[in-house]
Amino acid sequence: MEHLLWLIPAFPLAGFLVLALTGKSMPPVWVAIIGAGTVSLSAIFTIIIGITFLSLPPASAHYVQTLWTWMEISDFHPEISLYLDALSLVFAFVITFIAALIHLYSVAFMAFDKDYSRFFACMNLFVCSMLLLVLADNLLLLYLGWEGVGLCSYLLIGFWYEHPENGYAAQKAFIITRIGDTAMAIGIFVIFYQFGTLLIPDILAKAPSLWQPEASMATITALLLLAGALGKSAQLPFQTWLPDAMAGPSPVSALIHAATMVTAGVYLIARMHVIFELSPTVQLIIAAIGAATLFIAGFSALTQYDLKRVLAYSTISQIGYMFLALGLGAWTAAIFHFMIHAFFKALLFLAAGAVIEALHHEHNMFKMGGLRTKLPVVFLTFVIGSASLIALPLISSGFYSKDQILWFAWASKNGNPLLWLIAISGAFITALYTTRMVMLTFWGEVKTEVDRLPGKLITIPLIILAFFSICVGFIELPHNFGSLTLFSDFLHQVLPETLLKSTASGEVFFQLLGALATFSGIYTAYILWYKQPEHLEKLKRNEMLLRLYSFWHSGWGFDQLYQTLIVRPIVFIATINKNDVLDKIYQGITLISVALYRSLSFTQSGSLRWYIMGLVVGAIIILGIQIML
Amino acid sequence: MILVWLIGLLMGGGLLAFLVGQWNKTLPRWISLYTLIIGIIALISFWIEHYEAINIGSMEPWLIDFQQDWIPSFGISFHLAIDGLSLLLLILTFFLGILAILCSWKEITEHHGFYHFNLLWILAGISGVFMAMDLFLFYFFWEIMLIPMYFLIGIWGSKNREYAAYKFFIFTQASGLLMFISILALYFTHAQSTGRYTFDYFALLGTVMAPQTAFWLMMGFMIAFAVKLPLVPFHTWLPDAHSEAPTAGSLILAGLLLKTGAYGILRFVLPLFPEVAKTFAPWAMLLGVIGIIYGAILAFSQTDLKRLIAYTSVSHMGFVILGIFAFNELALQGVVMQLLTHAISTGALFIMAGMLKERLHTRQLDEMGGLWFQMPKMGAIAVLFAMAALGLPGLGNFVAEFLILLGAFKSSVWLTVPATIGLIFSAIYSLRMIQKVFLGPIPETAPISDFSWREVFIMAVLTISIIWLGLYPQPIINTARPMINQIEHLFPTEFKNQTIK
Amino acid sequence: MKTAISMEMILLLAGLLFVLGIAGVIIRKNIIFMLLSIEVMLNASGLAFIAAGSHWGQPDGQVMFVFILAMAAAEVSVGLALILQIYHQHKSLDIDNLKEMKG
Repeated sequence: MEHLLWLIPAFPLAGFLVLALTGKSMPPVWVAIIGAGTVSLSAIFTIIIGITFLSLPPASAHYVQTLWTWMEISDFHPEISLYLDALSLVFAFVITFIAALIHLYSVAFMAFDKDYSRFFACMNLFVCSMLLLVLADNLLLLYLGWEGVGLCSYLLIGFWYEHPENGYAAQKAFIITRIGDTAMAIGIFVIFYQFGTLLIPDILAKAPSLWQPEASMATITALLLLAGALGKSAQLPFQTWLPDAMAGPSPVSALIHAATMVTAGVYLIARMHVIFELSPTVQLIIAAIGAATLFIAGFSALTQYDLKRVLAYSTISQIGYMFLALGLGAWTAAIFHFMIHAFFKALLFLAAGAVIEALHHEHNMFKMGGLRTKLPVVFLTFVIGSASLIALPLISSGFYSKDQILWFAWASKNGNPLLWLIAISGAFITALYTTRMVMLTFWGEVKTEVDRLPGKLITIPLIILAFFSICVGFIELPHNFGSLTLFSDFLHQVLPETLLKSTASGEVFFQLLGALATFSGIYTAYILWYKQPEHLEKLKRNEMLLRLYSFWHSGWGFDQLYQTLIVRPIVFIATINKNDVLDKIYQGITLISVALYRSLSFTQSGSLRWYIMGLVVGAIIILGIQIML
Repeated sequence: MILVWLIGLLMGGGLLAFLVGQWNKTLPRWISLYTLIIGIIALISFWIEHYEAINIGSMEPWLIDFQQDWIPSFGISFHLAIDGLSLLLLILTFFLGILAILCSWKEITEHHGFYHFNLLWILAGISGVFMAMDLFLFYFFWEIMLIPMYFLIGIWGSKNREYAAYKFFIFTQASGLLMFISILALYFTHAQSTGRYTFDYFALLGTVMAPQTAFWLMMGFMIAFAVKLPLVPFHTWLPDAHSEAPTAGSLILAGLLLKTGAYGILRFVLPLFPEVAKTFAPWAMLLGVIGIIYGAILAFSQTDLKRLIAYTSVSHMGFVILGIFAFNELALQGVVMQLLTHAISTGALFIMAGMLKERLHTRQLDEMGGLWFQMPKMGAIAVLFAMAALGLPGLGNFVAEFLILLGAFKSSVWLTVPATIGLIFSAIYSLRMIQKVFLGPIPETAPISDFSWREVFIMAVLTISIIWLGLYPQPIINTARPMINQIEHLFPTEFKNQTIK
Repeated sequence: MKTAISMEMILLLAGLLFVLGIAGVIIRKNIIFMLLSIEVMLNASGLAFIAAGSHWGQPDGQVMFVFILAMAAAEVSVGLALILQIYHQHKSLDIDNLKEMKG
């Protein structure tokens, strides 16, 4: 199966090439077949290869396929080479499978768009880049995929380019992630000179012998890589681009800004976990950033009007959970949460897209309502996705993944009560804003009429995703009931086990606390936004709370902060220096020569008598000098 | 002999085009096109012929050598020779030459003969610069490429052309004179120590001189090349010349003329004055880094499309200086790649700016916007080359910039980090350009036509080359390797094996 | 024959004449007068030559004077011709009206 690895990214690439070259003149049916078909083929191949990988595990625990040597300069010879192990298999599966469903959904969703082929071309290119990212066996190829997904994200956020704000949102996303990418590039330089190679397995093998734990080089490298991961995964302090990225079409938000690209940071950290393990400081930083992000983004999600922005902030918050898990050393828990999150968040975005489409591009939740009966399938699937997001105990898969993280926040070696407290209050807030979102959208009275019902192509992917949102969780059950560890056992081929504190006990108690947080969140939201809205009115009269509300609404003022601290000064300097201050030096030289020539040419008056005068005076001076000497 | 034939071909073709141009308007461009096609076929077959030897990894860098006395009493000879670097740049010269002819197919409306005469003579001068192994001859070609360029800008340029042409001419001429003084001084210094008067490059290579003398001589060369490159603070001629020149002029300026500066440093400054170059290196790298960031910030603030692209050249050429003075193989390979990929990517952007000007009659960004709707093909290609300019992996510029930064990181960590930050700025200006030109509200103007077949051909060639260079640059790397190894041998000391702590 | 006039006096006279000539050239606006003043200057230098020739007892001074005479004749003829032309073209002999070469 090894030699078929290249087909996984090659199908979407071929789709991209065909669509980019001839898509404009192709009938839409063909565009849809090529666009969705290539990705589906890629998904099928991933599943086939995955099944082979699972049933006949290779001795080395990975597949490698080298396509060609990218470049070869003395001891620097990165290859275009694909590498599949347990970790990349999980990612590749999630990417291709969800991408195939989203492509299918888009066939109907984007059907009336004038740039149908451009959409599919970009989506296919995205899938190809994302697959290269997770299948790369060296950091340079990983970086290719990393930047490639950034490009596609840019193109797709700005897909409806007629509105300049979409373009600016796309620009913002690209530039902010680029800041992280640049740090990551420097990290790659450091790694190359430390290890003499960019091959990921080699780096991971060599790192423990090269660096002592807490070595400063390890910390620096880990920090640089972390910056790249934070940028892509929209974590503090780079989180500001993701809410604006919702300017893109809903399938894009589902695929790129929820399920796959934004979790590239999680992949990177998990992939390079050895380096991070060598630097406990950085691990603590990751955990702290994750915790802070999930908390901040949760409050922002609570105050949004725009359905998609709620989901965007919730994505930031959920990735915060993944980062928290990574920081705690709970590698498999992070990846597990990534997978579950990919399913339910893709589902939520697609369902939200269906709602928005049905309500004639209405994004504001306060103008929705009562859609429970109008859009039953969308309602049901949305509720299932929300249940998973809330981590509704026992029945939703979100519970199984988030519960693990909460438990590790308390019990793992790196865990501490503060992190646990933030994580569990995050769970409460998640329940609060999710319930609010569901209440506002589907309950209450009808405020906007439904003008277009979603077709089969839209509902089928929703149903499949809903099924997965419920069931995938059952492959990994907590120790105290079931104790099924299929997923983590599989990943332990690549990722180390999570170390627990020796004193850790009472998992049941913490599960109950988690459930309590969830249910109290749901109940509070139910009271405030459905049952007794007068409580909310009372709260709204509080000056302090209102101010806090608008502060949270604006994403804790990060945008304004960056605007005043970074953007404005640079733009100001650039604008005043538009004509290049250095050119003034040369213009000065020109001006001086012009002035000199003017004053000299003044003596050329044309008056003969002045010339003679000059002659005489000159003669006298010369004679005078002669006599004097 | 092929080298002499190439120059003769270009000069002869130019003269023929000029003469024919007296009574026919379309024939000159066909003549120039065929001239260049013959040239590039000859060069590529030469490359393929020698590629076996290159691939084996022979250490002898010189592929072909031709020497003939010219003015023997002064020790001046007609000495041409090429190595891998020259060969690559020569192919680039002919390649861009063909594109220059194609992109001025419709743009030029008057003096057809004289225009193509100038174009071919510039190319002849540039080819000569890349081949000459006699310093006097080198200077001779250096001036030859200057004068037709002056006419090209001054006659066929846009509104402010005369100012731009003067500025270009004075900057390059004045700096060229400094170089000429240095050449003469080197000639006499060499004669003093050996008693033999010669301008021959290989004879002058090992000239013994006092460090002080060497420093001043190097500065003479260095300033001439720095102006051409251009290195901040000598860059101010570039935006004016680029923005006023006709499309083909901008293409040749950005694609080839700037490269002669980098070539000069690689060929003359480093081998002739290795010791001084070593002490000068940190300053040169610093200037390079300043250029990267300063050029990028200036590019960001421009409102004139061609000026914007011109400033991106300043930024990209900063990488070249940074890489050259890092003195290691990775960085130098990156430099060679950067010379080629920058020529292609910036050339493509200039060609598109020219096409937009033909259609919209403006270069102002504020008067554009929403053009994607009417020109989706151009939009897609523009995005591709904007991405190349910001160093997207998979395209040639990434390979170049990554190698330069990786190599420079070995020499100086603290200069490489700000240079890498330049990549963020390049993203900012590239995206701003795309946003302003192609995105935004769709204008309600008369329909604008997308690419014609001729333009599709130009862009397809450029696109294929930039992707090829991005995904499989090995032929270029192999061809340049012997020459780069030679330079690396000049600087074997403290820069190597220095790991960062 | 012994003269009472000393060499110095003659040279002083010549110098005076020369200065007068120069002053004439500078002050007068009329071209004809300027030409006349130039004649005066020429003759002043001629006088100096004669005086010097007689002082040293050498013929060279007189030779030079003959030269000066010939040159003056040529100069006057050309000069007058020019003046005539100028008058024809500009209807004026005022030198200040004829400024054309201005830097």
